[in-house]
Amino acid sequence: MITKTTVLGQTYQFRDLKEIFAKANEDKSGDQLAGIAAEDSRERVAAKQVLADLTLADIRNHPLLPPEEDEVSRVIEAGINEKIYNEIKNWSVSELREYLLSHQAGESEIRRISRGLSSEMIAATTKLMSNLDLITAAAKIRNITHCNTAIGQQGVLASRVQPNHPSDSIQGIKAALYEGLSYGIGDAVIGVNPVIDTSDSVKDILLMTKEVINKWEIPTQNCVLAHVSTQMRAIRQGAPADLIFQSLAGSEAGNQAFGIDVALLDEADELMRKEGTSTGPNIWYFETGQGSELSSEAHFGIDQLTMEARCYGLARKYQPFIVNTVVGFIGPEYLYDSRQVIRAGLEDHFMGKLHGLPMGCDVCYTNHMKVDQNDMDNLGILLSAAGVNFVIGVAMADDVMLNYQSTSFHDIAAFREVLGLRPAPAFEKWLEKMGIMEHGKLTAIAGDPTIFM
Amino acid sequence: MEQQLEYLVDKVVAELQKKLSERARNGSAKALGAFDGSESPVHVVEEERGANVPNPKWQEGMQELLDSTPARIGVWRTGVRPLTRTMLQLRRDHAAAVDAVYGEVQQSLLDEFSLFTVETQYDNTENYLKRPDMGRILNEEGVRLLLERCQKKPQVQIVVSDGLSASAVDANLRDVLPALLDSLTSYGLSCGTPFFVRGGRVASMDHIGELLQPEVLVLLIGERPGLVTAHSMSAYMCYRPRKGMVESERTVISNIHRQGTSPIEAGAHIGTILSKMLEQKASGVKLVL
Repeated sequence: MITKTTVLGQTYQFRDLKEIFAKANEDKSGDQLAGIAAEDSRERVAAKQVLADLTLADIRNHPLLPPEEDEVSRVIEAGINEKIYNEIKNWSVSELREYLLSHQAGESEIRRISRGLSSEMIAATTKLMSNLDLITAAAKIRNITHCNTAIGQQGVLASRVQPNHPSDSIQGIKAALYEGLSYGIGDAVIGVNPVIDTSDSVKDILLMTKEVINKWEIPTQNCVLAHVSTQMRAIRQGAPADLIFQSLAGSEAGNQAFGIDVALLDEADELMRKEGTSTGPNIWYFETGQGSELSSEAHFGIDQLTMEARCYGLARKYQPFIVNTVVGFIGPEYLYDSRQVIRAGLEDHFMGKLHGLPMGCDVCYTNHMKVDQNDMDNLGILLSAAGVNFVIGVAMADDVMLNYQSTSFHDIAAFREVLGLRPAPAFEKWLEKMGIMEHGKLTAIAGDPTIFM
Repeated sequence: MEQQLEYLVDKVVAELQKKLSERARNGSAKALGAFDGSESPVHVVEEERGANVPNPKWQEGMQELLDSTPARIGVWRTGVRPLTRTMLQLRRDHAAAVDAVYGEVQQSLLDEFSLFTVETQYDNTENYLKRPDMGRILNEEGVRLLLERCQKKPQVQIVVSDGLSASAVDANLRDVLPALLDSLTSYGLSCGTPFFVRGGRVASMDHIGELLQPEVLVLLIGERPGLVTAHSMSAYMCYRPRKGMVESERTVISNIHRQGTSPIEAGAHIGTILSKMLEQKASGVKLVL
């Protein structure tokens, strides 16, 4: 393994793979906070140069976080198809990048290669890609999943309607839900973040959303994004859940901070197979986001992009219906400004897709980041062009419970209109039946929430 | 005992509300005066919240929906984009939130309560946002000032900090602090030398605790601003603060602002909690409230 290179007359010797991985990243405040970022642009390029010439076998043979010490590493290792890996293990990271971008690599070729790749290999190639590389490669990969309905098809941009309320008022949640549906939003999921993490509260919201789905025969699925163990209690008490949700971290210690481990996820998976209300086979909803491992001091000196890739390695085990990165929620100490958020959004989407995941994105920011709604417009359009499975719809982008801004119902309607994208097929048929959409366009009554009263 | 406490809190709150409403009346008269003789017409944009949907299927239902949530619904659209005033309102609220992060607490307010200022190692706002660790430690000058000007080992130490919202301090301190001081007096508790920390994070209370060794410490700090309000404050309280405290050892009252936990009630409530901390010699999850 060669860890030395010369850039513009200066020689760089890197200590180990961890250092090469960290310094090859585009600039991120989180890597700086962790004290592992490149000193300057020149060192960054040197790290990229060294990384480009490493082989996939080099990466596998020098684990950043050994499987003996971490169960996420074990899940990732167990997921690798040895036959496919053996065919490509002598490729350099540079060759992997070029293959993914080449015309010979179509959707099914990429899907096959993906089974031989570890999360670290996927992270490595991401570090060598420009923003447009990430869009170009991701746009080739369609990962279609099915819960009650299917999403992820070519030409489809689905959406989660997120009708949160600051005190979990059932009427208030319903009001924002009606508003969202009237704009054609909610084909991926009706997903509510509860304030109160109790099984009773979760059950009430699941019952209400299920009732609305049944009453109006909406081809979608419901989910309440409480802690997985709270959802499990609600489900055991008979609450109707189409999907089960959990936030993931890229290390065992990071997951401990979330109060979960693989055994608990396995248990939830089994429970959903027996007591979930949906058709399946895909019954999981995961959220991730760069920086969460550093914030819980569970990153082991590994950069935040690589830790994020490892979340996808874990998610892959459960064949989820939807996954999204909550890209700008964590704050400026991890992603400082719009440049960093946009970059991270494109990285996460590509890495998720290359893992075979139905990847969405919560295109979002908090008010103490150097980001505004215009930046969300930009990232939303870029991801829609890259074929993102779904984005998040919040009334006027302002989440009154979580206190951050995402994308609005209007924004999603605009992404669809500008790029010629459509809602999920079954959902579009329903919108037509309701008179909200015609030939892929919103009608005169779209935007009136009282049609559901 | 508990009834007695509640009675005291209520009494303090009632008295303060009386005082403050008097002050507010005087204050608003002054503010109106400022508009007199203005040459250019002032365009005052009021908070507006009504449905814009031109012909809703059910008019009364629309009001019912609006009343049920603070979410921005019933906003209508032009094509697939929001109406201009809806869009501008969002921008206005975002501007208030950003100003709260990048703004500074009014010096006159700090003077009013005789709060002197110390700084953390934050250096500047950009660095403050990127390096939370530097907002947890006072700079050398700050350490010197504290040791020079503050009473050591007080029973109660009050600290005020801008945190992520300077305007939270501007908006709430005049209500919270007098209520808190009155409440402490009514419990017969003594208070050290209060001061203001510029560029502070919650855990700056650990460093301050090491330096001044109070029995209990309360930090009144601006919260991360949201769009509904950019003026929300939190009160973090701790028994014998010191380095290496974990989050579960702190007690917090959050969401202190006019539409949330009322600042006056919060002030009185903080006094009650501090007295319980002193009684039980504990804070955070170990404190029984």
